[in-house]
Parts: sequence; C-alpha cells; structure tokens
Amino acid sequence: MADEKKFAGYICTGCGIGERLDAGQLETIATRDGKMQSCRQHEMLCSKEGVQTIRDDIANEGVTHIMIAACSRRAKVEAFNFTEVAMSRANLREGVIWVRPDTDENRETTQEMADDYIRMACAEVKFMTQPTGSGEQELNKQILVVGGGITGMTAALETAAAGYPVHIVEKSGVLGGHAGGYYKSIPTRSPYAEPQDTGISQMIADVEANDSITVHLNSTLARTEGAPGRFNAEIATESGSSETLSFGAIIQATGFKLYDPSALPQYAYDKSADVVTNEELEGLVMQADGGPIKRPSDGKAVESVAFVQNVGQNSTEENELPYHSGIGDMIAIKQAMYFKELNGNCDTTILFDNLRTPGAAGEDFYRAGQQKMITFSKGAVTEVVPGSTLEVKFKDLILNDDATMQCDLVVLDVGMMPNTGPDPYAQLAVEEAEDEAEKEKARALLENAPPSILNLEYRQGTDLPHLKYGFTDSHFICFPYETRRTGIYAAGPTRRPMDMRQAADDAAGAAMKAIQAAENAGKGRAAHPRSGDLSFPSFRKEGCTQCKRCTVECPFGAINEDEKRYPIFNEARCRRCGTCMGACPVRVISFENYSVDTVGQQIKNVEVPEEWDEKPRILVLACENDAYPALDQSAMNGVEITQWARVVPVRCLGSISLSWITDSLNNGYDGIVLMGCQKGEDYQCHFVKGSEMGLERMSKVGDTLQTLNLEPERVASYEVAITDIQRAPKLINDMAETVQNIGMSPFKF
Amino acid sequence: MTELNTAMIEQYRNSFLQEVEANVEEGEWVKMCMQCGVCAGSCPLGNAWEHPPQEIFMMIRAGKREAVLSSDSMWMCTSCYNCISRCPRGLPITHIMHGLAHYAQRLGLVPKNQPTQRFAQMFWQNLNKKGRVNELKLGLSLYFMNGFGEGVKTSLKMKDIGLGMLKTKRMAVTEAFGGHGVKDLSGFQKIMKKAHELEDARIQKSGN
Amino acid sequence: MAKKEYSFYPGCSSQQGASSSNMQKSVETMCEELDVTLNQIPDWNCCAASIGYGGGGELPRLTLSARNIALSEQHNTGQDIVATCAACWLATREAAERFHEDDGLMAETNQALAEAGLKLKNETPIRHMVEVLIEDIGYDTIGGKVQRPLEGLKIAGYVGCQTNRPFGIAGESFENPMYLDKLVETLGADPVKNYDKKVQCCGGALAFSEPEKSQDMIKTIIESAYDSSADMIVTPCPVCQMNVEIYQDQINQRHNTKFKMPVVYYSQLMDVAFGRSAKDSALDQQVIKAGKLEALAKK
Repeated sequence: MADEKKFAGYICTGCGIGERLDAGQLETIATRDGKMQSCRQHEMLCSKEGVQTIRDDIANEGVTHIMIAACSRRAKVEAFNFTEVAMSRANLREGVIWVRPDTDENRETTQEMADDYIRMACAEVKFMTQPTGSGEQELNKQILVVGGGITGMTAALETAAAGYPVHIVEKSGVLGGHAGGYYKSIPTRSPYAEPQDTGISQMIADVEANDSITVHLNSTLARTEGAPGRFNAEIATESGSSETLSFGAIIQATGFKLYDPSALPQYAYDKSADVVTNEELEGLVMQADGGPIKRPSDGKAVESVAFVQNVGQNSTEENELPYHSGIGDMIAIKQAMYFKELNGNCDTTILFDNLRTPGAAGEDFYRAGQQKMITFSKGAVTEVVPGSTLEVKFKDLILNDDATMQCDLVVLDVGMMPNTGPDPYAQLAVEEAEDEAEKEKARALLENAPPSILNLEYRQGTDLPHLKYGFTDSHFICFPYETRRTGIYAAGPTRRPMDMRQAADDAAGAAMKAIQAAENAGKGRAAHPRSGDLSFPSFRKEGCTQCKRCTVECPFGAINEDEKRYPIFNEARCRRCGTCMGACPVRVISFENYSVDTVGQQIKNVEVPEEWDEKPRILVLACENDAYPALDQSAMNGVEITQWARVVPVRCLGSISLSWITDSLNNGYDGIVLMGCQKGEDYQCHFVKGSEMGLERMSKVGDTLQTLNLEPERVASYEVAITDIQRAPKLINDMAETVQNIGMSPFKF
Repeated sequence: MTELNTAMIEQYRNSFLQEVEANVEEGEWVKMCMQCGVCAGSCPLGNAWEHPPQEIFMMIRAGKREAVLSSDSMWMCTSCYNCISRCPRGLPITHIMHGLAHYAQRLGLVPKNQPTQRFAQMFWQNLNKKGRVNELKLGLSLYFMNGFGEGVKTSLKMKDIGLGMLKTKRMAVTEAFGGHGVKDLSGFQKIMKKAHELEDARIQKSGN
Repeated sequence: MAKKEYSFYPGCSSQQGASSSNMQKSVETMCEELDVTLNQIPDWNCCAASIGYGGGGELPRLTLSARNIALSEQHNTGQDIVATCAACWLATREAAERFHEDDGLMAETNQALAEAGLKLKNETPIRHMVEVLIEDIGYDTIGGKVQRPLEGLKIAGYVGCQTNRPFGIAGESFENPMYLDKLVETLGADPVKNYDKKVQCCGGALAFSEPEKSQDMIKTIIESAYDSSADMIVTPCPVCQMNVEIYQDQINQRHNTKFKMPVVYYSQLMDVAFGRSAKDSALDQQVIKAGKLEALAKK
C-alpha cells in the first residue's frame, strides 16, 4: 500500500476563479488528460474546511500525490502545507485570471490557459516524490572559529553563550589580533566624543574563562574536509603536533592585513622613522605608557603631528587599493585625540581629501574632534620631506594653493586588505584554461596568491571564493556572512573593511548562521534560500560520463569527485539550486521534487494548437526567487500578460536543461523567454553563480536554433529583478509581438 | 600697524584660530566648519568674494592672519542671512563675517577706501551722534566722502532719487538742521561710552 | 474683537520725513482698522541695523537694543515689543537672544545701562508686525474686514531677507515662505505662484557702498515680477521697498530697461482692501505710483 501512488486533484473556485473559468471543464482536464484518480472542487480551498478535505483524503483514501489548482505556489503556503505527500500547484489566479481581461472575446483563450496549467501541474506531480532526506545527516554542535581577534573571539563568545561548544584556532601566540595592540578604540557609545577602552583584555579573559571555548594558539588548519555537520579539521601546531576534530560549522574570522606604504615613495615611509602607519602609531602610544607620545627617531615628545589620509586608497593606480577602507578618518580623529590627551598643546592636523565619518556617531565624533581644536584641512599631500623636522607638502584644496607644514611626526592612513586564502576560481582557472598560454597566465596569478587558510579538500579549491578585491564572497545586503561554501561563514574584515564595532556585530551574525547551519545539517535540511528543503541531488551512475561539468559548475563547490571522477554530492553542502542538473549533458542528475522530467513533462503537456489556429505558445522559464514573484506582483497590480504564455518556475536559471529548450522548440513552441537574476559582481542571484552559469549555457542555444532552421529571436534570456513588476510582463508580451512579426513555428505536429 | 595689532600678533603667535576665538564675535564657531561650501553657494554676492566664508574659515585655521584680516571679502556681506539658514553645521556665518570685519577695523587692517567699511563707520557715527539715524546727513556725508568735487558729481547723479524722495515726503530738508534724535542724549551717550570701554577692556585683556 | 496693545518700536526710517514714513502711515491706518493700539517705546534709539557692525563692536551694538528693551520694560510693562522694520526687529531680537545665551554680555550691558539708570530684564518677546497679523489676528479676521477686494490685481509677494532669515515666521520655510501670498489671497488679489525671487537679497546694506552690485540684484527681483505678469510687488520690509522702488530709473539707464514696477507694503494693500482712501494708505508717497491700487482706492 505504501508504495502505491494515488493522485488527487483539487480545484479552488474562490477568488473569482469559479466566475472566470469553467471549473467543470478543468476537472475533466485533470481527470481525463491529467489522469488524476479523483478531483474535487472547493469554493475556498485554503479555508479550514478546504484544507481538511485534502487532509482527510490523505488520511483515509491513501492519496500520495496532490495537484492543487488555485493561486500561485507562493501564496497560501501555510495552508497548503502537506509534508507527507508530493504536491504541485496550478496557478489559476495570479497566472491566469488576474493577468487576462474579463471580456467575452478573451474567455476562450483564458480557459485554454487554465486548462494548460492544470495539465502542467498534473504532469509535474506525477514525476515528483515527497523528499525524505538522505539519512546522511548528523548533528554536530561543535563550531570552529578560525582567528582569535575581536571578530573570532566575539563569534566564539556568542556561540558559546547559545550553548554550542567552540574551538578557536589562532595562528599567533596570543589572542586579541590587531585590536590587542591598540591604545583605545573609536567610541561606540553616546556622546561619541572620546576614544574608549578597546575592551580587548576583558574579552580575552572572558574567552579564557569560558568552559565551552577551547583555544588553540600557534595553530593553523592543515586540512579540512567534509560538509556541514561533519567537517573534520586537522589542527596543526607550530611544534608539529596535530589533532583532528569534528565540527558542525566553521566561521572564518581571519581579519585583515595593512597596505604597505613602501610602495609609495612620496610619503618617505622608508626614509624616515618618524613617518608611521596608523597602526604603528598605536604601538608608539602603547610604548608611551600614559606619558607623552614620542617620535621614533630621537624620542622627542611630539609637539606637532600631521595625519595624511587616504594613502594608496580609492585609487586607479597600479599597486594601490581600488577601494577605500572607510574607517581611516575615524581612526585619525581618534588618534589625534590621543595627542590632545597625552601631549599637551600638541598641534594636530588631519589632511584629508574627503572626510568619511559615517552615521550620527561619526558626525558627533568629527564635531568632538573640532571642539578639541584638531585642525581639519582639505588637502592632497604631494610629498613628505624627511629631516629632523618633517616637511609635509600639500595642495590646499579649499584655498587652491600649494602649502607646506612642519611637524614632528607623520601618520599615514593606510587601507585594510583582506586576509583570505587563494581564490578557488583562480585555482579552477588553471584547470579550465583552453590553451597553454592561458594556463600559464592563470598559473602565474595563482603563484602570487596567499597561502591557504582552510586547506579545504574540495573539488573546486582550498578556500572561500573571492568576490571583489580579494574579499570573500558575500552579498552584503541579502546574505551577509554567507559564502559559497555552505556551513562556512566569513565575518569581520576578511569580508569587507570595517571597524571593531562592526566586526563584533558581524561576528554575532555569523555565529547565528553557523549554529543554524549545524542544526540544518543535523536534520538534512537545506540552508538558505531553499531553507528546509529535504531533497538532494542524486544521479544515475550508469549514465554518467564523468565529464565533470557538475563538479566544476556547482556554485557552492559542494560536489567532490571520487577516484573514478564520478561526482560525490555532499548533500549538506548542497543548496538545491539544481545548477548541476542543468549542467549535466546526459541528464542523469535529479532531485526527488525537481528534475528534468518534472519540468520537461510540464512543457510536453501544454496543448500546442495547429499552426492555422494562429494560437502561438510562449514558454517562460522564470526563476522562483525573483522573476516569478515579480510576475505574481504584476498580476496583483493587474498588468496583462499575453494569453499565449505558459510560465514554469525554475529553481534557478542555472538549473535549466538545454533539453527543455530543444524539446519545446521541437514541440512547436513559438518563443521561449528565460528569466534569471542579475549576474556578475553586483549579482542578485540567490545561488550567486547559478544565473551566470545558466545564461552562459543559454548563449549556446543559437546552435540549436540554427540546426532547426529557426529564427534566433525565438529564444530570449533576461536578467530580471524582483522589482521588475512592469518590465517582467512586458518582456513576455514583447515575445508575443516578436512571434507575431516573424510568424508561427513550423514545428507543430 | 596699530599697537593693538602688534600686541595680538605677540599674544597669538601660534594660533590665529585662538585669536579669533577670543576676540571675534561668535569666533568660537570657526573650528566647527566642515568645508561643505553651502555658504559660498548661497551668498547672493558670492562672485564678489575673493574668499568665500568657508575659505576664510580654512585660512583662519591655516594661520593666514594677514590675508584674512586685510581681506575685502567680509565687507561684501549683505546681511541676508542665507548662509546662516542653510549651514548644515549651524554656524552663525553672517555674524562671524561681521565680527571679523569689525576686528580687522579695530586693528586697522581694512584695505584703504573700502567703501562699505567707510559707509558702516559713517552710519555708526551718525546714529551715535543723536541716538537715531539722520538719513539726509548720512546720504550727504556719503556723497561727499571722497571730497567736494566727487560729492557734487555723485549728488547730481543721485539728484533724481533725492527729488523723488523729497516730493513723496520720504526725505525732509529740515533734517539738515538738527532733526530727529533721542531726548535723553546725555544718558544715551553715557551708556554707549561705557559699553565701548567694557568691550575695549575685554580685548585688551586678551592681548596681555 | 478685544483691543490689542503692543509696545511699538518704529525705527529711524519710519519717522516723519524719513524713507519709510509711508509704511508708518499705512501701518497706523491698518491698526485703526484692526483695533490695535501701538504704544511707542518712549525715547527709543537706533538699532544699528546690520551694517552697524563696521563701527560698533558686539557689546556697544547690542547695548543699543538693550536700551530699547529696557525702556519698553520700564514704560510699556508686560507688552510685547512689535517692530515693523525688518532690520529693527532682527537686531532687537538677535540682541535679546544673545543676552539670553551669554551671561557675561548681559552683565556688561546692564553695567552700561546703569549709567543712565536703566536695567534690562530681557523678559519681553520681540515680534514682527507680520507675526501679530498672522498669530494674534489671523487671516480669517483680516478677510472679514475686507470691504473692497483687490480683484484683478496680480501681486508678487517679495519677502526679502531679514523678515525671513534667520528667524522668519513660525511654520514657514526659509526657502519658500507662503504667508505673504496667503495674505494677498485673503485680500482678494491674485498672488504670483512660485515668484522666483521671493527671498532674494536686494543688497540693501550695500546700496550706498556697492551700488552696482546691489542694483544687479534688484534688477533680478523686478525682472522676475515682470516675468510673472505682476502688476506690483508687495513687501513687508522697508529696506526692500525703498531699494526695489527708487533705483529703477538708474537701472533703466544702465541696462536699457524700462522698469516701472510699483512696490508697496502689505499694510497699504490692507488699507485699500479695508476701504480706506489712497491718502490714508500712503499711496501718495509712492515714487512709482501704484496706479491700479490707487484706482481701486477711488472706487
């Protein structure tokens, strides 16, 4: 009985569906064409009674597969939540009646649309199985934190406070990181007028006193393998000993390095001991031990100091940083206040180009600096001349003249650079290079790469992928802390330049994500964005050609290869985007609830009228994260969509199989519109690279069209954002117009 | 160079900013300028200023004492208060400009024949004489401030305006003889004398 | 309507035979109609206006206002000080605020005032006549007094600087105050919408010392009124009124223009609308005659 499939259809006639459509005909289509063994109508299916009807059928009639024809699959998800059966949804409300005008002449085509959506949903559910998880999962509550600075320690304390044991691996012999050597920090509390205690000593004491936190000093990761819930990390100490421990999730808090101003001779950093970086100044202040700050060359107490801002940052020059760290001006104000505090009536001048003191706190701190008589001069420093008194030459940008000032000490505001491992894509580039010259170039780039931090035994490389400027990949608004390695989270300045306060906030966020990842892994559930999905990719080994497309294209590096180069899917690393499925040329990869068939059969079951009926069919494959909700939104706003369109949601553009395109063209569809998310450095793709992979794949559709002797305009791919509620329907309607212009497909049999 | 000027240079050798804070009306605000330039863009006579306010503030911080105090710029202020109402930092810019102009005058550093300075001085003298402004005398002394010949020319140029005002009874020839004034003139003058003394003492003190 | 009494500070140019004696005349008429009594501050002195800064330092300048406030507090006890002149209002209010903020200045000014037996308590609100009209009397009452609506007149409301900044009228913006337009509308005339130069400086303080610079500004104010087909300009400020009115011939000569734009006070509009004669409204004191307003006054 348990293995027997029983299919049931449910048609909702509420929200105007019953008035606009012939529900009886829909029911006939569901049972006759869709082969539903039973079909019921309900005037408000999402009501308590409606839902109970379905529950009763599952309990009493042994229904295993249900087709619900009502609203969009994004609506009423709480009501239509039947975890024990496979379910598909035919979108009659947002997909049909809300996008078509309620007029007599449109009645026929509107009904045809609805009929097709019923056929599609019936076909889809027939090829679905309710996922149950792989049984691979295990719960491991232990969290690994890499890095013992303010970010790492905060992450550890937060994790421990939530009841999860933590190990900190710190490369150096002490905890505290950069901040451990600072005199004071930028204020984090109102009135934001004075530098404040860094709080680092207390934090170190808290970490050391915490029974749930184990600290490994002078240690690095020699090897990390596995997946969320079962990471095995070999922690190697300087002395050569090592131990391997198991973790549920990992937080990388490896911080930053400072830009080396030696590359910029105009600042005389290498020529004068009295030219120091902002971080070196902290050291001088610590040495002063509460007395006046002394200059390094001769120990004279500093009577005048110039802060040179924005050194080698925000630049288009080679060997300089193309970005700005954003906090250097707050640091300069803080450090100028050190001099006001410790060196009496010391002249302090901050030479800035654009003063960046973000937020109300920044503005208050800036004003406090002005109140303390720090001189702020808008000037571009051209040269620092070494000598017993330093001479700073600058262009006064307000007065537009060349000026010079004398001082005892010059402090350079140098930028933060991420402390990350080598980019896996730089590693992959060597392998993927098409000729020897390109391979050589890629190899040269790789040689300059920093040493590995995580030493991941991953098919795609040893460390977290980079996005811009070497910082670890993360969408700063949508998915902070997320990386493209599931269960490994980046926090602090390894992710982007930030100050101590932000790093601590970051650490807390990453700690929560790590705990969530470990818990999800324990239950076999997907992490964001398909949170809770129990399905996982499986493949038909006998059909696999070991081509490696799936292992190379997976945006999350989830898939390893065994000795024979067959894929190993590592379910807990998988985000369920289906990019592997779309990449597979022999179509052997599938999910229980999403496969080449669940979509392919929908396409096949649309009724394609004969050419002389002059009823074209346009297939729309829309990303379920952005494009599909945009279409739902436009439907709510009553924006019309052509009656010829049939929209199929896909998990990601990356999951689109070329076979769906060729099959639909062969079946007589007249046009195809593909909608994925924005790709590239400013990506909005929920699977980071999925959309890019998909669009890349689709760029090769031209060959298929050529073989079929079809016009290239029949297939169009677009990047669509969730806000494109006017544009998304227009793109579909544009295709209808294109078809009108170039004529119907000749492939209608 | 006046004695007071020499004393001030001596006293504030290192910081013109501190000198301004001590001696210029609302001068303690100068350090709070953030160099956005909204004042310069808001000034109706912006083009006439060699150094717009935010530049003046920058020059003060850069110690350009001579250049600031002998500048013509502050004397271009029309007292329209646009800069005050727009300054995002809330600096009383109009007052600081007035204060700087007055301080420059006190130190004897105003450029020679600065017309607004001369007019302002006449205005002040005129009102102090009787406690109220005598518009006729003010106008006449203004026309003749560059000598009798110039004065006749200017008067001729302005004669239509004067006639218009006379005809509409908005100017009275009688004002040339006595005219309006406060009744308790001696009381008024005693008050003003004391106020001057107190202010002079304050500035002298800061210079010592 | 209950009779309203104020301690009135007319200022030098409102005196007989002075440049804004026409404002004084029309304000007196307006107050008769509105049942407002103005009690002059006895023996008031000049406020030094803004240009006073050149000769007078902070304390002597502010002490001028201190004397006026002290006299008002002594003789017109309990009455708000009201000024019609923008410069008088601004200087007096500014002085009062500075004395509130700075105890040292307050002590020093009282030391000076003591020379003539005066004492500043500084407890008196310093108000502009426009505030009295809007806040104490209100548009409705003013509208109710209109007997001769100013129909068919298109009027550019020129607020100028010192009535508007830095204090302005409560609830109005510095960039686009609306009260003058509302008043014009209340009187039955048609206000110029979005009058471009509504708060443009006329260069009043520099009219004598930098006449060309000042007249260039005046030119834009008049031009903009012509651009919006205004019949006349109305203003609350005596410096604005005089500057914009009397230099038009000189501007015409220098720029080859043909300006002849009447510039009147709000009080003159009100007098005419309230049914008073051209003489009571001081229209005979216009250098550039406000023909259309005079015609209405004769109806």
